[in-house]
Amino acid sequence: MNTIFSSKTKRLEAEIEGFLDRVSTAGLVFEEGVKCYINVNPERFEEYNTELHAIESEADRMRRDIKHQLYTYMLIPESRGDVLGLLETLDDVIDICEKVLEQFSVEMPDIPPTMQSGFIELATLSTQAVEQLVKGARAFFKEIKMVNDYINKVHFYEHEADKMEEQLKRMAFRTSEISEFSKRVHMRYFIEKIAAVSDIAETVSERLAVYAIKRRL
Amino acid sequence: MLGSLFLLSSGLFLGWSLGANNAANFFGTAVATRMIKFSTAAVICSIFVIIGAVVSGAGAADTLGKLGAISTMAGAFTVALAAAITSLFMTKAGIPISTSQAVVGGIIGWNFFAHTPTNLDALTKIAGTWIFSPILAALMSFLLFLLAKFFLERSKIHMITQDAITRKLLIIAGAFGAYSLGANNIGNVMGVFVSSSPFKDLMIGNVLFSSVQQLFLIGGIAVALGVITYSKRVMLTVGKDIFHLTPITALIVVVSVSLTLFLFASQSLHDLLMQYHLPAFPLVPVSSSQAVVGAVMGISLAKGGRNLNLKIIGKISIGWVLTPILTGAIAYFSLYFVENVFLLPTV
Repeated sequence: MNTIFSSKTKRLEAEIEGFLDRVSTAGLVFEEGVKCYINVNPERFEEYNTELHAIESEADRMRRDIKHQLYTYMLIPESRGDVLGLLETLDDVIDICEKVLEQFSVEMPDIPPTMQSGFIELATLSTQAVEQLVKGARAFFKEIKMVNDYINKVHFYEHEADKMEEQLKRMAFRTSEISEFSKRVHMRYFIEKIAAVSDIAETVSERLAVYAIKRRL
Repeated sequence: MLGSLFLLSSGLFLGWSLGANNAANFFGTAVATRMIKFSTAAVICSIFVIIGAVVSGAGAADTLGKLGAISTMAGAFTVALAAAITSLFMTKAGIPISTSQAVVGGIIGWNFFAHTPTNLDALTKIAGTWIFSPILAALMSFLLFLLAKFFLERSKIHMITQDAITRKLLIIAGAFGAYSLGANNIGNVMGVFVSSSPFKDLMIGNVLFSSVQQLFLIGGIAVALGVITYSKRVMLTVGKDIFHLTPITALIVVVSVSLTLFLFASQSLHDLLMQYHLPAFPLVPVSSSQAVVGAVMGISLAKGGRNLNLKIIGKISIGWVLTPILTGAIAYFSLYFVENVFLLPTV
């Protein structure tokens, strides 16, 4: 197979896979970053924050390169609009992960001890939604009939994240550990931001579902 | 010679129109979906249509000859002109017709005019294939679709590689289709001129280049000119407006149609099947446009009957009946006109 098809094709495939790796890594780095912040490990937290910046720039570069190759060599003319749409929205997932860690770094929210495990759980659920989304995107390129399975899992984790989000927000406005109203609002803001990662993953998965239907024979 | 060439012109026009309209059946979706550039498609199509016509055109043309051997160039000119006029009219009316149906009608018109009996055996054989060919194309695309689906669902080929494979296969299948079109349909274009061919057999080295092959070469060039000058618009229409096919379903359609045309044109396959006492396909010019409709329906059926447009079956059936009658009538009256006004011998 490799000899019949040009290196151009293989290079593009590798680049798409590489881009999806970046999305997956961004999710994992985001989760580890939130854990380090909550476990008061500022050095490692900043390392993750920096790493996520680098991943975001690298993914942007890769996406532009894929777009350039698709249009220059007139590849997959039927599906290239969908492929680029998918890659652009997947890029939004990396962007939100990067933004949230950056906001932690800038605003340094004071998370009360009773809410800390909830924050970590919320970050884990969001990351799992991202993981399943990336698997779905890989299936879109290679094994179309599996896409729906992964999309269902994205929905599941997003729904779980929603429940956790609501529970944490209620805690934020009821706990006696926070005295000032502004700090309660600050908590709510961060809870919503972490949950937004899974929301965006779900939005992308809905697009993916449509693209997959279009690609079916 | 110049006079002969003028009398060939109606056949060449028919060839041009065949190229302009039929190339889209093999390269339409590939060009419309930008899988293949039009220039690439036009070059491949032209080359293979000419090869098919010269190498393998004789079989199907022979069957048309059995229906009625038009003995003068003026007669052949008139029949081909009548066929061209009907084709143009039916194409404008959006009815996918076969030039073959027009030519058959024209030959029968000539038979009536010349008081020559029509060979009913040949006529039944030809009319039977008109009905059978879209059904055969549908059956092939139905099976190929299920096969492709089975394979693609299990292969885990990356979309990009799959695209590269499809693109190459579309070119190969398109070339095969163009070859089959040349082989199967050159009879429609030049068949009526065979009996009155103005050319002489030539020996080039040890190879015989027969007068019929020379006739088919000129006809093939006319088809190629039709492809190059006018088929782009038709391709974009077929590819985008009429049937929306993905590159893979387009490939299935092209392969099914090409195989159908090939089966009705290949003398060697015919001989091989006969040798083993198997039922052989009659060598008859069939319509690639109607085969395409059949193939698209085959895919719709394989998908569970969604988007099945039954109106088009009605339109095709109208073509089966109306095209030969209309051409026959035009040919009959034109022959009368040519003989009595231009004082040219048509019989």
